[in-house]
Amino acid sequence: MLNVSIYRYNPEVDAEPYMQDYQVDTQGKDVMVLDVLEKLKTEDPSLSFRRSCREGVCGSDGLNISGKNGLACITPLSSAVKGNKLVIRPLPGLPVIRDLVIDMSQFYAQYEKIQPYMINNSPAPAIERLQSPEERAKLDGLYECILCACCSTACPSFWWNPDKFIGPSGLLQAYRFLADSRDTATEERLANLDDPFSVFRCHGIMNCVQVCPKGLNPTKAIGHIRSMLIRSAT
Amino acid sequence: MVTTVTSLGRSGLSDWMIQRISAWVMTAYLAFIVCYFIGNPDLSYAQWAELNSSLPMRMFSLITILSIAAHAWIGMWCVLTDYITVRLIGPKATAIRIFFQLGMIAITLLYVIWAIDILWGI
Repeated sequence: MLNVSIYRYNPEVDAEPYMQDYQVDTQGKDVMVLDVLEKLKTEDPSLSFRRSCREGVCGSDGLNISGKNGLACITPLSSAVKGNKLVIRPLPGLPVIRDLVIDMSQFYAQYEKIQPYMINNSPAPAIERLQSPEERAKLDGLYECILCACCSTACPSFWWNPDKFIGPSGLLQAYRFLADSRDTATEERLANLDDPFSVFRCHGIMNCVQVCPKGLNPTKAIGHIRSMLIRSAT
Repeated sequence: MVTTVTSLGRSGLSDWMIQRISAWVMTAYLAFIVCYFIGNPDLSYAQWAELNSSLPMRMFSLITILSIAAHAWIGMWCVLTDYITVRLIGPKATAIRIFFQLGMIAITLLYVIWAIDILWGI
């Protein structure tokens, strides 16, 4: 039997959060953490968590699993269980709505700030705006972000200043549009980032890289933004 | 764009660059002083005073002092804006943060003036 400890908090009933212990029979199978949560949900329907695609694409089930942020649906027990114990908490740093469900408004507000859409005021061509294979290749490692918030909620700079620091996820997306050959708002985008918080509160500790379930590298993207700022301002 | 008025350079890029350059200056100064001590094991006060009263050394020392001041200003400003915030300690945070920021700036400037007084008083 696997010992599972889960963060519980229902603000309508509980005065404060607490950890609830469960025992789950996994029959020795190396299932995903989400499978354990689903099994527990059938036994205790009050347990709340987000999930959707269950294959690491939608980004709904970002959780703090045995101390490390990750997606429950693609995290096998073999990489999460320590000493026959699995500890599941909500992603840290954002307000908890209930149990493992967090309020991601602040995260999305930062995403909105970087204008996550292509800006190009020139007349649209008849079919599409073309890119060379080399220009398109620059977007690899950037466009794959699923906005699960695992990286931003693993970042102390985002914990302390979620209203001012864009966070690794938002900055990865900021660079995705800065690097896009079809986007013409590069100068405006850079001007909006040149303050002591938006980009420069990143001190390069690379928690974001360590936890990204898609294997992306926000620290590298932030370095590219910094280089672009240097090129444009010196 | 987040507005700031108590950061050193107002711009994130400017602060970042000052932080890196000042770090190199401090490293160079430390390396020079260590090498000087190793190269002069029987250093006398007269020799030490002569080194520090020469114009190039005074300029090197002054640039280093300004680098330390700038480095400390940016670093302390980061620490204060990380931990003394309304989110973490409540509505009084702004007044407390401004108090500490102005205090930090005042102490930094006092140290710079004091150091200049020492350097040119040798």
